[in-house]
Amino acid sequence: MSRLIDQYMLITGPDVIEQLHQLAKPLKGLRVVHVNATKHGGGVAEILHKMIPLMNDLGIETEWEVIQGNPDFYSCTKMFHNAMQGSQVQIPEQLFKAYEHTNRENAESLKKSLSDADIVFIHDPQPAPLIENIKERKGKWVWRCHIDANKPFRPVWKYLRNYVSQYDASVFSLSAFAQPLPHPVYLIPPSIDPLNEKNVPLERSECVAVLEEFNIDPERPLLVQVSRFDRFKDPIGVIQAYRLAKQFIPTLQLVLAGGGASDDPEGELVLEEVRSAAADDVDIHVLQLPDDSHRKINALQTAATIIVQKSIREGFGLTVTEGLWKQKPVIGGNTGGIRLQVINHHTGFLVNSPAGAALRIRYLLRNYDKSLEMGIKGKEYVRENFLITRHIREYLTMMLSLVYGTKHRIDLK
Amino acid sequence: MTNKSRTKSLTHQSFIVRDCALIAMATGKRARSLVGLRDHLETIEQESIYYHFWGGLLRPQFEDYEYHNDFASWAAHTLNDRTIAERLGIIDSTKYETLDQLRQELVELIDERVDELEVVPWAPRDKQFEFIVSDIVVFTTKKAIQDPKALLNIVPKMSLGSIFYHFIDARRRSPERTDDFTPWLKSFGKRYQDLIDGIMGIDPCLTSLSALRDELTEELLKHLMVNK
Repeated sequence: MSRLIDQYMLITGPDVIEQLHQLAKPLKGLRVVHVNATKHGGGVAEILHKMIPLMNDLGIETEWEVIQGNPDFYSCTKMFHNAMQGSQVQIPEQLFKAYEHTNRENAESLKKSLSDADIVFIHDPQPAPLIENIKERKGKWVWRCHIDANKPFRPVWKYLRNYVSQYDASVFSLSAFAQPLPHPVYLIPPSIDPLNEKNVPLERSECVAVLEEFNIDPERPLLVQVSRFDRFKDPIGVIQAYRLAKQFIPTLQLVLAGGGASDDPEGELVLEEVRSAAADDVDIHVLQLPDDSHRKINALQTAATIIVQKSIREGFGLTVTEGLWKQKPVIGGNTGGIRLQVINHHTGFLVNSPAGAALRIRYLLRNYDKSLEMGIKGKEYVRENFLITRHIREYLTMMLSLVYGTKHRIDLK
Repeated sequence: MTNKSRTKSLTHQSFIVRDCALIAMATGKRARSLVGLRDHLETIEQESIYYHFWGGLLRPQFEDYEYHNDFASWAAHTLNDRTIAERLGIIDSTKYETLDQLRQELVELIDERVDELEVVPWAPRDKQFEFIVSDIVVFTTKKAIQDPKALLNIVPKMSLGSIFYHFIDARRRSPERTDDFTPWLKSFGKRYQDLIDGIMGIDPCLTSLSALRDELTEELLKHLMVNK
C-alpha cells in the first residue's frame, strides 16, 4: 500500500478504491486546477489539502491556486458570504470595485495556468469573476458553492449570478441551496478525511494531556463546539444553552474552540464578543487555536461527551461530520447541511434555540446508553456517506460527464 | 449491464456482477403545493420521476419506509395530506411500461385530489419539494459466476450499489422489467423455477437495499441449499 489512495482501503474496503480507479482511468492525462481564496482555515482548504494529492495519485494532474487580495477585497467577500446566507448587507461601491480589481489582477497572474486547464474548479464567490477575465478557456469551468445559499440576499446573488452563469456547471452541497442556473447543477456534499490528523483515532492519554493543557477536567461532562468565531455559528447561543443546562448539571464544562480563516476579517470581533459572554466562568474554555492544531481539535472532539454545532446558517458543517466520526452524539442547529447529518434520535438532535439545545444536553447526559448508540450509528453513517472517497467519486463522475458529454448513464467497462 | 453484455452473459451462462452509484443534480424546479407539484410533474424529465421513486434507496437516510416514493412522503410529512399520500404511496411503479405512463398516473391522482380540496395546503419555504435528477455510474467488478449455486457466495456480500444495479435498475434496463437474476436463471431451463418464483416474489418497495439483500439471500438459501 505505497500510494496514498490505497491507504483508504482499510477504512472503506477495496471496492470503493477500485471504483475510483475505474472512474479516473478515462480522465488520465487531464489537467485540473482548483482555485480558492485561502490555503489555511475553513473546510474548503482542508478538503483541498487532501483532495489534490489523491487526485494526482489517481493519475489526474491536479493543482491548487490561491488568489491574493487586499483588506477591501476580503471585506467585500465576507459581505458576499453573509449575503449568500441571507443577511441584507449593503456593500459600498468601492468594495465591489476592489473585488473586481482583485479578480482582474489575479486573472493576469493565473491566466496561463487556467486557460490551458482541462477542468477548472472555482470555489465560492471570491474568485468567481476569474471566468470573465480569462476569455480564452480550453476546458470546462465549474463553480463550487460551499455556502448555505438557501435564501440569498437577492441583490447580491443577482450580481454574482452574472459571473456564475458563465460557468459550464456548478456544484452545491444540498438541493435546498441550489439556485436556478443555465447549466447542470450538481449536488455534492463535502466530506472529511479519515486519515487526517484531525480524524485519526487517538489514545486516551493523548486526549487527557490536551484537556489538562487547557485546564479542562477529564472526569466531568464536556460540551465541545469547534468552529470559526462567526455569528452564524452562534457561539453566544451555545453559551446560553450551556448555562441553562448547567443549572441541572453543575459539573458541566464547555469548550468553544476555533481558529481564524485568513479570508475572514470579522473573526477577531466575534471572538471578543464570545470572551465577554463567557465572562469569568472557569468552566467555559474559549480557545483560539492555530490553523495546524488538527491533533488538538481531534483530542477535544474525542474527549467530548457531546458535540455541539448550534449554527443558525451552515453550508454543511464538517465539524458535525468530524464529531459523528468520533462516535459522539451531535446537537446541531436545524439548518443547512446539519440537517443532512444530524438525524433526530439516530445521530443526535436538531435544535432551534438555546433552550432546545439545553434540553437535549440534559437528555443525552441522563441517557448514556442512548448517547452511545447514537455515536455508533453516527460513525457508520459518516463511513457510508461523508468520507472523502465518496466526494472524489462524485467529482470524478461529474468530470466524466462534463468532458465526455455523457448523460444519465456512465457505463465503465 | 448493457443489452450487449446481457446477451453475452446469457450465451456463456455467466453472471457478471456490477456495482453502481448515483450522482444527483438539481433541476431548479420546486413545488410548494399539490398544484405546483402537478404542474412540474407534467414537464419534468423522466429521470426525475425515476429518481423520486427509486433514488431514495441510495440516499443517505435512516430507515423510513412508510411511503415508497418521495412524492407520497412529501405529501404526508410536509403537506400533512395523508389522503393523497396514501394514494401516491400505493402506486407500483414497476407495473407501468413507461415512465410517461407513471407520470400520467401521478398527475391524474393529484388532479383528483386538488378537485376534492377546498383549500390546497402549502409547504413552508424550507420544505418545498425539490425536483432532482441523477446520473448513474456503473462499475465493473472482478466477480463473475457460471453456476447459479455460486450466487450463495456472492449475493450476501454484494455492495448495496450492486443490489441496486441488479435488482432495481435492472427493471428499467430489461424488456421484461425484472431483476437481472431472473433471466439468467431462466437460461438454465426449468431447473431453478422455484428460485425464480421466490426472487420474483420479493417486493422491491418499502424496504432498504440491505433488507433486499437479506431477502435475496434467504431465497437462495431456501432453494439452492435444497438443490445441492
